[in-house]
Amino acid sequence: MDAAPSLALGILVAALFLAFVRLLRGPTLPDRVVALDLLSTLCVGLSAVYAIAAQNPVFLDVATLLALISFLGTIAFAQYVRKRGQP
Amino acid sequence: MRAYIVAVMMLCGATFMLIAALGLIRMPDLFTRMHATSKAGSLGAGLILLAVAIHYGDLGISARALATLAFILLTAPIAAHVIGRVAYFVGVPFWEGTLLDELGARQFRTRMGEEEKPGSSSEAHL
Repeated sequence: MDAAPSLALGILVAALFLAFVRLLRGPTLPDRVVALDLLSTLCVGLSAVYAIAAQNPVFLDVATLLALISFLGTIAFAQYVRKRGQP
Repeated sequence: MRAYIVAVMMLCGATFMLIAALGLIRMPDLFTRMHATSKAGSLGAGLILLAVAIHYGDLGISARALATLAFILLTAPIAAHVIGRVAYFVGVPFWEGTLLDELGARQFRTRMGEEEKPGSSSEAHL
């Protein structure tokens, strides 16, 4: 039971690495926006796991605010892609 | 008992998020990638936040965790829909195995493989 938060953090860091690879080599701009959205969701999960691992519920507020801001950032990116008009 | 449930839910959520990242790498197309990330990523984050809500039995902390979960479940489909619609109209290329474009703003391939103008009646949607 003590090893479960560490294992979950390792799995999430591996997922962050994979999403970052797609962020670097995505052929179009919407691909990169989708990769950034997944990166934000992964950071939400990582903060929540850390709130369990550190026995400190203050990191849950980090997860909440990160979820709010990632949604607004995704909508703003979509608007800019639409104004740009190129893939 | 509670510690076992929390550990299993946390590991399941982390594994679902790893599956979402794998789909983001391996899928051939923007739309199939969004299919992987939106649903699997939301499910993973929701499982981890439920694990937090069970781990702290306190009312305030669990309410915050469940409110974050509800916000993610409400906004992830909206964000995915907005990005997908914008990418479709901007002209992101489809995978070459795509059979049907139901919105019809682009040319699509029928089941036989020949190109067909949008708007004409086809037998592609069986």
